[in-house]
Amino acid sequence: MKEFKVTPIRNGTVIDHINMGMALKVLKIIGVKEDVNSTVSVLMHVPSKKAGWKDIVKIEDRELDPKELDRIALISPNATINIIRDYNVAEKFIVEVPNVIKGIMKCSNPGCITNQAEPVEPEFVVESKKPITLRCIYCDRLTTEIAENIQ
Amino acid sequence: MSAGFRGMDVVSIRDFSREQIEHVLKLAEKMVPIARGEERSVMLEGHVLGSLFYEPSTRTRLSFDAAMTRLGGRTLGFSEPKGSSVAKGETLADTIRMVDAYCDVIVLRHTQEGAARLAGHFANRPVINAGDGAGQHPTQTMLDLFTIRKEKKQIDGNHVVIVGDLKYGRTVHSLSEALAMFGAELTFVAPPTLQIPKEHLKAIEMSGKKPKITSSLEDAIKEADVLYVTRIQKERFPDMAEYQKVAGMYRIDLNMLKDVKKDLIIMHPLPRVDEISPEVDATVHAKYFEQAFNGVPVRMALLGLVLGGLK
Repeated sequence: MKEFKVTPIRNGTVIDHINMGMALKVLKIIGVKEDVNSTVSVLMHVPSKKAGWKDIVKIEDRELDPKELDRIALISPNATINIIRDYNVAEKFIVEVPNVIKGIMKCSNPGCITNQAEPVEPEFVVESKKPITLRCIYCDRLTTEIAENIQ
Repeated sequence: MSAGFRGMDVVSIRDFSREQIEHVLKLAEKMVPIARGEERSVMLEGHVLGSLFYEPSTRTRLSFDAAMTRLGGRTLGFSEPKGSSVAKGETLADTIRMVDAYCDVIVLRHTQEGAARLAGHFANRPVINAGDGAGQHPTQTMLDLFTIRKEKKQIDGNHVVIVGDLKYGRTVHSLSEALAMFGAELTFVAPPTLQIPKEHLKAIEMSGKKPKITSSLEDAIKEADVLYVTRIQKERFPDMAEYQKVAGMYRIDLNMLKDVKKDLIIMHPLPRVDEISPEVDATVHAKYFEQAFNGVPVRMALLGLVLGGLK
């Protein structure tokens, strides 16, 4: 019989096929913090048929908004989202890189005004989806270093 | 066209189409007699310009002031943050909201890149970027284009050689993208550590021909129709050792001009330190002081457009 290190969840969201090592950044992106009020399981370095290794995040009793989840595509373009209802996969979709990114990462340019104490959220336009390249709408700096700049 | 300009922020040259830039240049030509004081204008009478300079400037600040005054308007503001509420730690956003209530147009020079775009988000009035850190300086670009067009009759087809600090020099980044859009040929001359950043090169290649890149000015200058010289900016170097290595590497003197085209023009956004020898000033090639004057009519045209005095 197959051994499960983490049991299936009854209701909630499972984010599968996360690039190995990116699970904690995924939690940051979707806003899961210390004050979380449902069970969150984080599996890192899990064997994967497709990619060799992957990470998985399971959030119980919460169905995350697909738009929020699309941001995951920035660091894990192959991630899949499974909405679980009563142990069954009720909805399944692949994340898509959004056209605009607001608030989840800082500009890689230390001289950018958004890295000062100004009341604005950093905002980026996605210039290219392969490889993912973002342009800061304030200073115009292009960056491909997404994971490093997630706040 | 006027509906597009009235109330518009002037933050980056990328915000403008070729047609819009040509419209500004055409109007600037008409402003020349007023800029020279030969004709009078009250086009912007009753209008107030808020001039916020967080970094030192001579030409840009004075030429905006001259442009506004020549059109009958007034200017208020500061030429350094010392003594203003900024020195007390006020955010740029708050300063902008305050100045927005006092004037009709805001001209901003700031140390941080993206400052003008941020100002534009907080201001209801139009914001004109007068240079943001190592970022954009669109009115300098427009006056440079104006100068080339005036001296060479057209911009496209000219071979423009840009020499000096191509890494930190903000005028170079805006200008080279605009020149590519106008179909000029470009050569970048700089030591490898100060060459044009890759992202700008990519943007230039997307809108025009592939530029040449070299560190030898002697070879490039012979082919040039326009030589655009920039200062190696000590204040933008994080590492002084890097500055010492490259300071004084390129110097334009009479000897350097022996084999150049007869109608070569030499431009410089000024201030210069020792990149152009003073003996060059008396040659037919030197156009940098005319270029500095051209800032006035170009800024008059822009002020007139964003405030609705010109169409």
